[in-house]
Amino acid sequence: MLDADFFRRWMAATATAVDREADHLTELDSAIGDADHGSNLQRGFTAVAAVVEKDAPATPGAVLTLAGRQLISTVGGASGPLYGTLLRRTGKALGEAAEVDRDRLARAFAEGVAAVGQLGGAQAGDKTMLDALLPAAEALGSSFRGAADAARAGAGATVPLQARKGRASYLGERSIGHQDPGATSAALLVEALAETAADGGVDA
Amino acid sequence: MSDERQVGVVLVSHSGPVAESVAELARGLAAGGVTAPVAAAGGLPNGGLGTSAELIGRAAASVDRGAGVAVLVDLGSAVLTVKAMLAEGDELPENTRLVDAPFVEGAVAAVVTASSGGDIGAVEAAASEAYGYRKT
Repeated sequence: MLDADFFRRWMAATATAVDREADHLTELDSAIGDADHGSNLQRGFTAVAAVVEKDAPATPGAVLTLAGRQLISTVGGASGPLYGTLLRRTGKALGEAAEVDRDRLARAFAEGVAAVGQLGGAQAGDKTMLDALLPAAEALGSSFRGAADAARAGAGATVPLQARKGRASYLGERSIGHQDPGATSAALLVEALAETAADGGVDA
Repeated sequence: MSDERQVGVVLVSHSGPVAESVAELARGLAAGGVTAPVAAAGGLPNGGLGTSAELIGRAAASVDRGAGVAVLVDLGSAVLTVKAMLAEGDELPENTRLVDAPFVEGAVAAVVTASSGGDIGAVEAAASEAYGYRKT
């Protein structure tokens, strides 16, 4: 079972991964975006890791809800409200439970991903974070590792796509041939989840 | 009826100077009576380009007179941040609406309408109608 501490460690692991990959994310974003994805997410997840440590919310739902709100208020770019909505909606779907199992998390995460699609008006294949999140949400029903692998494969599969949402969409065909930075950071988030589970000896 | 309880208008741009200038333009064109409260929420708190939920929340609170707040936005993260704040439920004053309108033209229409005592529905309609004015 996954308790509030597990979710705090997931947020901390995400902050570490984003920190490590910030330059890479910004490099991807300088090809088709406005070159701030790495620094924006770094600022956001550093703040998230700090606040969930300090406030120590008691339930998984409360950890993710707080994390989501923090992202919306600190990121400054579109990834703030998008990731903020993902975590907040997932947290709300987890409700008040003190512990949740992977199945329940998978269902809640799928709700969070659907909310991201609704907020940004994007679908699979638009070359956005959803291209990593949608396959991850589906695979999370089977295993953490499977979700991480699906997210990374989804991010890689954005390379040949033409962007249809966000600033990259202004580039039209020139967006083809570059991996989407949002899908790449989404894969980091799911990879951090799988690592946290593996470190805690949870599931597979 | 234009002396109190006017609808407030918040202008959210990625750029501080853009938000401030559009606010000034709208106030200037609405002048003649009591101008409705207008606040700019542009850029990041450190002056950089981007969208700040904190600045938006503060701006909305500062123009709230209890008659509703119309929020006009420019691009991408400005749109998404306001939508995400509205979804939260308690981060913006009651009866705050994200208005679908062109930024500059909509701001002028919104401030003129709010200044003349229009309610939130009238302000929203006037701002949105600015999309219908063709320039060629």
